[in-house]
Amino acid sequence: MESQLPAEFAVNVDHEKCRRCKRCVINCSFGAIEFKDKVTPNSRLCVACHRCATFCPESAITITENPLDYKYGYNWTPEIRKNILKQAESGGIILTGMGNPKPYPIYWDHMLIDACQVTNPSIDPLREPMELRTYLGAKPDSLKFDENISLATELAPQVKLDIPIVFAAMSYGAISLNAHKALAMAATRMGTLMNTGEGGLHEEIAPYSDRIIVQVASGRFGVTSKYLNRSAAVEIKIGQGAKPGIGGHLPGEKVGEDISKTRMIPVGTDALSPAPHHDIYSIEDLSQLIYAIKETTDYKKPVSVKIAAVHNVAAIASGIVRAGADIVMLDGFRGGTGAAPMVIRDHVGIPIELALAAVDERLRQEGIRNRASILVGGSIRQSADVVKAIALGADACVIGTASLIAMGCRVCQKCYTGNCAWGIATQKPELVRRLNPEVAADRLCNLLTAWGHEIQEVLGSLGINAIESLRGSRERLRGVGLPQEALDILGIKHAGIGQ
Amino acid sequence: MKIDAKGMHYRPLNKIIRDAVASGEKEFELDNIGGQRYIGGGLNESVKIIINGTPGNDLGVFMNGPKIIVNANAQDGIANTMNAGEIIVHGNVGDIIGYGMRGGKLYIKGDAGYRVGIHMKEYKKQVPIIIAGGTAGDFFGEYMAGGIMILLGMNEKSPLVGDYVGTGMHGGVIYIRGKVDPFNLGKEVSCLELSEEDTKLIGGYLKEYCEHFGFDYDEVMSGKFTKLVPLSARPYGNLYVY
Repeated sequence: MESQLPAEFAVNVDHEKCRRCKRCVINCSFGAIEFKDKVTPNSRLCVACHRCATFCPESAITITENPLDYKYGYNWTPEIRKNILKQAESGGIILTGMGNPKPYPIYWDHMLIDACQVTNPSIDPLREPMELRTYLGAKPDSLKFDENISLATELAPQVKLDIPIVFAAMSYGAISLNAHKALAMAATRMGTLMNTGEGGLHEEIAPYSDRIIVQVASGRFGVTSKYLNRSAAVEIKIGQGAKPGIGGHLPGEKVGEDISKTRMIPVGTDALSPAPHHDIYSIEDLSQLIYAIKETTDYKKPVSVKIAAVHNVAAIASGIVRAGADIVMLDGFRGGTGAAPMVIRDHVGIPIELALAAVDERLRQEGIRNRASILVGGSIRQSADVVKAIALGADACVIGTASLIAMGCRVCQKCYTGNCAWGIATQKPELVRRLNPEVAADRLCNLLTAWGHEIQEVLGSLGINAIESLRGSRERLRGVGLPQEALDILGIKHAGIGQ
Repeated sequence: MKIDAKGMHYRPLNKIIRDAVASGEKEFELDNIGGQRYIGGGLNESVKIIINGTPGNDLGVFMNGPKIIVNANAQDGIANTMNAGEIIVHGNVGDIIGYGMRGGKLYIKGDAGYRVGIHMKEYKKQVPIIIAGGTAGDFFGEYMAGGIMILLGMNEKSPLVGDYVGTGMHGGVIYIRGKVDPFNLGKEVSCLELSEEDTKLIGGYLKEYCEHFGFDYDEVMSGKFTKLVPLSARPYGNLYVY
């Protein structure tokens, strides 16, 4: 069937500037630029990944949204019309990548942070000690000491974080080995963690395993006793913010020989994770898997349970903690993905800000907040989001998309095609080679270093010298432009109200 | 090493086993087992564990080497994500056995419950195998990505297997001794006759199986087998539009 779909972008080449070096042709992994006497773009294939424009030595390429106006309709937006055309031509579920781009309210941007003035002194973070260190793991209800004042309480396993920002779970399969290496190296250098996601651990990043959370998802790809023991912590993935309630989906385009080996599935097949873990249909079953992992790791690794933020998240989180998890990982509806049906990504789940506030409050009310650390992700975009999340009650944040952007990602949302021009969300050797793990690791370290300094600046202005002093300190946040109900759920006052 | 597990919680029991394995113990006999979970879980050594009594859920979870013999029935989740080793059950077993199994053998004398062998996998020579001598419930071989499953129906109970056999199957192979009605099959599988190679392949495993349980090999092999394979390595490839 001939497609009626118009091009999404328009690629323009300034032939006055172009010196026909063909670098753009070589760099475009979507086949959108050819050379026929001169550089000739095929705008229909362009995804706006900016690879050509970035590498054009003459800055001769511009990419704009295709300036094709539609008859105005507030209801029938061009995007909706284009989706209908696509489905009328194919009969397929629309697959997409990255996080939810829809203009739902972003609560982070409606919260403001307090600062010290006159009556309480602020701290200068450049010249005074300022601690970002925190520990993930279950904390005891109380501490007991023997007669020599040595700690007598047996502590649950803890993972030390030098900065309260962890790299999010992104599987080897969804992203390349070079991207995994960069994340592992950066996590090791910065004293934080990366997360394998559900695709297993490649031998080449095993040396960094002290700084790696290994994931156990419903497909159980790459999960062995060795895998569980070579880790900083183990995470049971129940859900993902971008696609709550549905399983993982690694399109066959990305399942080459090496992925086939780590996942133990045939080459070219779609790697399908079942929607639920078929051995988990209840909190009791979840507990069974948590303790299966604890038995296998001799109770030496904290066990995390990751869920998508959904309506009943607070009650579910309470069950997770009672089931024996040491860490609860909450992923908001804006979280990223390598591949998800658009209908799920754009319409299912709840914002992480509200989920976090609800979970922290519920665990406090039940007196079990100390029994698990809370990690949150699902669109942490900047250091301010980290500070606000911790003030709402998180122990630390996870960043996925932000870390990919740091490595070069342009958020073109085409991860599922396996054609990532930046060597990140691809398994094609010629593209993977484009991402230098050393350089990408430097970029990730720079990002965390910058955010770390910014968090210290904010802590200083708040007059506190440790990130742990901020945790759950909602009094230091105020809401702007939020309805009372949202303020109540967030547990914050409206701006303008004093103590 | 002989352990009387009467009234013992799984945690101290499994710790005793782990510690003994670490100090070189090769053989265990566990008496009065009554529902203790995770026995043999995560062990990487080729030790032998004889279980007298009914072990609890997740027997041999993440196991990577041991041989476990159960002289009774067993419960749910046997061989969960098992990588290597052997589990032999002289009785019936519960649900979700062999979930995500990556290697090794699971031989069951009697019946198996629902969702047997979900998402079993294989890579080159590492091919897990499950054989059950009786019947099995719904979703036999769901999401199967690799491995071999054989269902024998030796006790002639009906139905031989439940609904949705091989739903979502995209790798591996299932052999069922007896007739499977098309309406019991998932829509991602196709039925084939056995080739000579198939008979040779299952013959090898079944010989070993019959020795464990005292079945007559010739009688087992005299039955008519149905072979189930995935129709496509990408059953859902056309479901999506980019």
